[in-house]
Amino acid sequence: MKLLALIEFLRARLKAVIWCCYGLLGLLVVIDVFVDKHHAHTGPEHIPGFWSVFGFIACMLIIFLSKWYGKAGIMTREDYYDE
Amino acid sequence: MSSLWIHPAAILLFGAALLPLIPEKIRKGWLLLIPALVFGRVFTLDHGVFGQVQFAQWTLTFGRVDKLSQVFGYIMSLMAIIGTLYGLHVRRAAEHVAAWTYVAGSIGAIYAGDLITLFLFWELMAFSSVFLIWFRGRRESLAAGYRYLLVHTAGGLSLLAGILLHYGATKSFEFVAFDVNHPTAAVWFITIGFILNAAVPPLHAWLPDAYGEGTFNGSVFLCAFTTKTAVYALCRGVPGLDILVPLGVIMALYGVVYAVLENDSRRLLAYHIISQVGYMVAGVGLGDAGTPVGELAINGACAHAFAHILYKGLLFMGCGTVLHQTGESKFTNLGGLYQKMPWTFLFTLIGGLSISAFPLFSGFVSKSMIVAAGFESHKLWVGFLLMLASAGTFLHTGLKVPYFIWFGKNNCSKETWERAKDPVWNMNAAMAITSFLCIFIGCYTPYLYQMLPFAVDYHPYSAYHVSETMQVLCFTALGFFIFLKKLTPEAKISLDFDLLYRKGGQGVLWLARYPIQWVDTAVGEIYRAGGLIPLMLTSKVVGIFDNKVIDGIVDGVATTVGSIGGKFRALQRGSVQENLTVAFAVAAVAVVALLLIVS
Repeated sequence: MKLLALIEFLRARLKAVIWCCYGLLGLLVVIDVFVDKHHAHTGPEHIPGFWSVFGFIACMLIIFLSKWYGKAGIMTREDYYDE
Repeated sequence: MSSLWIHPAAILLFGAALLPLIPEKIRKGWLLLIPALVFGRVFTLDHGVFGQVQFAQWTLTFGRVDKLSQVFGYIMSLMAIIGTLYGLHVRRAAEHVAAWTYVAGSIGAIYAGDLITLFLFWELMAFSSVFLIWFRGRRESLAAGYRYLLVHTAGGLSLLAGILLHYGATKSFEFVAFDVNHPTAAVWFITIGFILNAAVPPLHAWLPDAYGEGTFNGSVFLCAFTTKTAVYALCRGVPGLDILVPLGVIMALYGVVYAVLENDSRRLLAYHIISQVGYMVAGVGLGDAGTPVGELAINGACAHAFAHILYKGLLFMGCGTVLHQTGESKFTNLGGLYQKMPWTFLFTLIGGLSISAFPLFSGFVSKSMIVAAGFESHKLWVGFLLMLASAGTFLHTGLKVPYFIWFGKNNCSKETWERAKDPVWNMNAAMAITSFLCIFIGCYTPYLYQMLPFAVDYHPYSAYHVSETMQVLCFTALGFFIFLKKLTPEAKISLDFDLLYRKGGQGVLWLARYPIQWVDTAVGEIYRAGGLIPLMLTSKVVGIFDNKVIDGIVDGVATTVGSIGGKFRALQRGSVQENLTVAFAVAAVAVVALLLIVS
């Protein structure tokens, strides 16, 4: 079961994995400075790291707006339809 | 016209009909052989028009083969192989019969060259797929199946009404692109029939309701065929219909919002079907005929349907495996399973990365065509909102599903934990093959691009596009881990539009009784007060049509359903046949009433 061993290996070094991920995030933004942007459609896209900010804000928006919507009365008990 | 032309769906129906008679010893061979033959047949089809049958004064075309129908025919028959392999060990023959009949309906609709044939196979899909829900055998699945049937009968009715109106206006049943710049009432009715099957809100609630209740392998079939056949029909019938663009974008976001709230893994995936089909619907809406951007958009819709069938099938197989092995599909009853089911985790993760459109995975080369078409047609809001939905897709399907099933807090009961293990070989094989295809499509783009209806001049692997995608996805992942607590699933359900027809039997009864009673009375009044000649003439035409066509279809479907239905009587609270008969009777009356009023 080599796959399981690999997962266990990574989990045992969780700190290192997390730092690698931060490194990757930083690297993505740095690389973006050098990327040819003539495919971009709007002005803001030329700012390095624009899509990083977009991705993070998108994620927050989705989580918080959805949760707010759910709490506004959409989420209900599981046996709601049972009576 | 050729008398030797064999319809791929006919092979499948033939295989399904004989399946119960095949001795159990060699049944697995049969189950592998027939879908392979169907795939081989689709592969060898020549372009052209075949299988034309004269029926009363109309010509039915069973085989219109061109690039658009071929790309869908190819993926549907491929999925039939994968889905059957996945459920190969299921011993109840009727489950396979239902699944194959359902696939045959989808393939038949795809190759249909006229609206009557389309409608025939369209209904075959609805009435065979419901068994994939009922076979789960739970009380909830029975009710969900009835609701599924109810909604699809309504959708079929709208489609039929549109077809009849269209015939009334043009004297033609040919299924070609309608005039989307000046859509008539007929086109709207037909479009409503299509978008109900594509699960466009507010006509979407049947989908998570039904797919969350299907059998472990039934939902693998369900997630592939109904919505994507509808995407095909939209590509064929109404490319460039403007309203589909905002509807598609709403779908893409709607599915994402509900996925945040969802606690059942398969219902979460079902909401993401709505989200993903939203891209395709938006693509069809952007698909103005004859323009390069329109061709890019239609190519994108087809490519995304192709890729989607595989990765969504893979995701449903992954979560279906968890359900099959542990009996659980809710996040609040799962967690930490990586120790028990590592391979299922890996396959599901590949599905998650594909749907999220990571570079080198299938979604990347298909989804981006639609987003690019949005930007290039200068609808910036379409492009940006679809990118927003992409972040949501990764957040849920790529992160939430794997995390809360295989990692996270272990909520498994002792029994669940003990039952959990990687599945039998055929389920593993089906997932492995699909995983391979998801990566293959992502890495070797000509495979998919050469199948698309228009020549492709699109290169997904530009430095900018890779950088853009990686940033959005990786920073979404960062957000996921920062706000992990917020995303912890809760043991709750979320209300959706199905509330309208679920809450209380009285509501449904009221709907069934009063509006239809009202229509009936109204028609009676018009008849009495008017007595107009055109009205009488129309009714005569409708009468002939009713006798010759509808009755034929109704009788055919009713006999099939009747014969299958008999076997399930033990399962039912009432009897299927009676309910269906009533449904059909109501449908017929309503069509006639509708026609009289509109014309």
